[in-house]
Parts: sequence; C-alpha cells; structure tokens
Amino acid sequence: MSSRQEISIRWHGRGGQGAVTAAQVVATCAIMKGLYAQAFPEFGPERRGAPVKAYTRLSTRPIRHREPIVNPDYLVILDPSLLELPATLDGARDDTILVVNSPEPPEVVKTRKFGKVVYIDATDVAMKTIGRPIVNTAILGALLRVLDLVTLDDILKSLEKFFSGKLLEVNRKAVVEAYNLAKVI
Amino acid sequence: MPRLALTSNYATAYAVKMCDVDVIPVYPITPQTTIAEKLSEFVANGELNAEIIHVESEHSALSACVGAAAAGARVFTATCSQGLMLAYELLPIMSGLRLPVVMAVPCRALSAPISIHGDYIDLMVARDAGWIILISSCAQEVFDNVIQAYRIAEHRDVLLPVMVAYDGFLMSHTIEPVEVPDDENIVREFVPKKREWLYLDVDKPVTMGPLAGPDWYYEIRFQQVPAMRNAYRVVKEVAEEFYKKFGRRYDTIELYRAEDAEYLMIGYGAVWGFIQEAVDRLREKGISIGGMRIRLLRPLPVEDIANALKNRKGFIVIDKCLITGMPVGPVFSDIVTALKLSNVDTPGISAVHGVGQRTMYIRDFVDLAEKCIEMFKSGKIPKESIYLGLRA
Repeated sequence: MSSRQEISIRWHGRGGQGAVTAAQVVATCAIMKGLYAQAFPEFGPERRGAPVKAYTRLSTRPIRHREPIVNPDYLVILDPSLLELPATLDGARDDTILVVNSPEPPEVVKTRKFGKVVYIDATDVAMKTIGRPIVNTAILGALLRVLDLVTLDDILKSLEKFFSGKLLEVNRKAVVEAYNLAKVI
Repeated sequence: MPRLALTSNYATAYAVKMCDVDVIPVYPITPQTTIAEKLSEFVANGELNAEIIHVESEHSALSACVGAAAAGARVFTATCSQGLMLAYELLPIMSGLRLPVVMAVPCRALSAPISIHGDYIDLMVARDAGWIILISSCAQEVFDNVIQAYRIAEHRDVLLPVMVAYDGFLMSHTIEPVEVPDDENIVREFVPKKREWLYLDVDKPVTMGPLAGPDWYYEIRFQQVPAMRNAYRVVKEVAEEFYKKFGRRYDTIELYRAEDAEYLMIGYGAVWGFIQEAVDRLREKGISIGGMRIRLLRPLPVEDIANALKNRKGFIVIDKCLITGMPVGPVFSDIVTALKLSNVDTPGISAVHGVGQRTMYIRDFVDLAEKCIEMFKSGKIPKESIYLGLRA
C-alpha cells in the first residue's frame, strides 16, 4: 500500500433505490474509522425512477476538492438497465471494478474489460430481507467483497447512523446476505 | 475530539445547537432545508431548548429574527437565493438596528431561469446590506464559523448581524469529516450569553427603529462605520481565541504555497480546494504560483489583501457567479479596490466559473492559470472576465 491511498466510487441508480444513501454510508463508515472521506450526489431535482449518480471518495489524507469522479476505481450499478445508457460507463478504465445488481454476469463483460466484475441479484436479496426493492444496502454488501479501506464489520456498525430498530436489522441482514451471495469474476 | 460525518448544512445545525440559540425563525428553501430539518429534530428530541418559529415566508422569518433579537434572544436563521431576495428588506434593518443575528447562507443561483443549484450571486447581491460576511471552504470551517460568528456579532464593539456563507450543494450536501466537541459546554463557554446589545426591556424603556429626519439619519447610520472597522479587529481576535481553544486557525484571508509565488490564484468557498490542487499541479510543472482565498468578505480586509498581493507579477480571481453590468466579477472588483487604496499595482485578471453549478474540474484552474500567466507576460490583460466552462 502506498503512503497515499485514495479510492473513488461512482454510484448509478434510479431515484428511490438509495444510491445517495449508499454513497453516504460508505463515507460515514470511513470517517468513523478515522479515515478521510467525501460523499455527494450529482445534484438535481429529486425524481423517483430517474437516473441518479452519486460519488464517494475515501482517502488516508484530507480531500480538498469536490470534482465529480470521472475515472472511478469502482462503478456500482443499482439498476442493470442503466448499463444500456452509454453515460453509465463513461470514464471507466480497464481496471475499474464493476459491481452490478444482476442475477447473471452482465452482457457488457463480453465487450469490454474491467478489473473485476461482481454481480448479485440485489433486488431478490432486498425483497427477501427488507421486503421492498430498495437495493442500496444489498449492493453495498456485494461491493464490500472487493472494497479496500472499509470492511464488512465497519459498515454493519455505521448503518446505525442511518437506520434504527427493525429497519437497521433488515438492512444489516441485506448487507450480509449479499456479501455472502455475490459472485466475483 | 470526536469526528462526525456531516454535510455543511448539518455542521451548521450542530454549531447552532452548541451555541444554545434561543429562537430560530425559518422557512425552507433548497439547498438550505436540511438545516431547518436538523434543527427541528434537535428541538423535538430535547437536545436544544429553542423556539422554532415556522413562518410563511423568508420575509417573515427575518422579521421574526428582528423581533426576537430586539427582545434580547440569541437568534439563528438560514436562507438563500430567492428566499434571501424576498427577505432582503430586512437585511439593512437588522444591521441598522444593530441586532447580532447569525444567518447561514448555502449560496444558490437566482432566477431566471430557475436554478436550484450552487452559485454565489445571492450573496453578492446581499453584500452591501451592512452584514459581516464570512465565507467557509469546508464543513469543518462552517461549524467553526457559526460559533465564531456569535462571538463577533455579539461583541459590544461590533453588534452587527453575520452571514456564514458556503456553496449550496457542493458543500451543503457533501458529507465530510467534522470534529465536533462531545461536551457542548466547551462551545458554550466560548460563546457566553452576555447580551450587551440594546434590547426591549420594560424596566429600561428604549425606542427602536423610529423615524430619523435629515438632521439625524446620517449620524445614526454612520455608527455602522466604526462598528465595521471594529469588526475587522474582532474577527481576528476571535479567530486567535478560537485557535487557542479548538486548535484550528483562521484569518481574514488564507494563503497556500504563496511565500515565493510570482502569481496568485484567488477564490472563495469550495473553489478553494480546486485552487489548492491546481497550484500543486502547476508547481510540479515549475510554475511559481500560489493560492489565496477570501474568508472575510465584509468588512473587506483591505490591508491583508494588499499585503498578500504586493510584489507579485499578477493575480487571477475566480468568481463563482455571473453579475452583468460590470465587465468583471464582484470579488475581483473588491480586490482591485483594495489594491488601489493601498497603492499596489499588481495586474489582475477576472474569471468566472461554476455558474449555476456548471461542473468545475481541477484542470480548468490549471489551464486558466497557464493562459493568464501568458497574458501577464505579454501585457495583454483582458478588460472583461474570462468565462470558463461556457459552451460556445
């Protein structure tokens, strides 16, 4: 590990799926661990179902600027239909790690190179644990299989800042379940 | 000190809670609303013993602030953009009555066309209403500036309202680490409630806001001039005390890699982080450049600006707003005035970026600096702002 490690995550979802919250959970978790982090949505009027982008940066040093993430280390796709929009993959590198909500390996892996691809049927996990197709915590579980700087235990702890009671319990379950079921290729 | 993950809006709310504010008249407006939400939550769950007044407009919010502060309460509100414009009538009334209200302004563009996004035009339009204006560059500073703002506003040599400004969305909605004391008494000791302003008291009757004819209006208004002069000194004194207590140092301006720099790139708010990154990249290319940011916009720290800019080969100011009628940006104009008053003749170039939250990249600032340095070298200084990120 170099003395300076910075990780960038770009989240693509649809309004209502919780992409912004997922971006914030990871940043909050890193900050609680004593790391530096930043999370912000691609701001716009909030509309359910419309494509939403959010960004998370994690670093061992203070983060000064607030540039959008153009070449993400991790690209997290909460809704597989977003892969049909060319803009979703903009700036992805050959070594970008793709994490996608999909029961099967996504078509796109046949046509271009990624560092790794993680896929999980996050909708199924969310329905079975939370009872609603809010896939953010499930996809987070899949991301944790390949993410540096924060661990599964860290995330389970930081979920307290976002949920309480029954909701906390089912969201933790979604993270763990997706973590266990995610396939890495 | 514990670190929390907060947006600048939440950092504002935490600071307001820790300053033990008494009255919060507020009306929601994007991107300010989460401040009002968080404060309502603090009051609802008993963490803050304050009166939240849910009013029907920003004009009413600021009117309620006048009343509450005139009654001797410690008062907070927050607004921006159209809300700030609607409340504008109350801004000079607040400063004229010398009421030490603190208002957060997560700055946003003005209509038309309608934009909910970040931009500093609302603040710039409200610059001359007699308020002290602090512009923050990260969530930690937002937290720290709100606390310092109460000390500055309520200082008996000042007694003026303070705006704590920062970027709408780019800061108001970005989660960052913020050190927040776990014991709020540490903050409350720093901002004790001395109530040294003139307030309404049946035992010591006073008249507030009466009519003043040509025989008195001028003298009464003029009292704000020494108050603003004092504010400059008090801002520095409070920053020094804040540093001793909390370990974070602030001044009227901030410099970055400026000691030996031939050129300075100047901004305010979130642009500061982009400038610092750009300066690092330019330094790697062997270009002698540094950064500067304006933290205190009103009163304008004329001497500090002049001292920072004298003996340089040029400066570039990035204004994050578009004001027409003047060929250059508003803070560029301020800086040129500061230099002229101090007989400093360093040439400057005005640039505009991030209008209506047009995306800013670090490379934009690198390219701008390189282009401007060529202009300084050739002596061909543009007579109008350079508009970055504008489609042809």
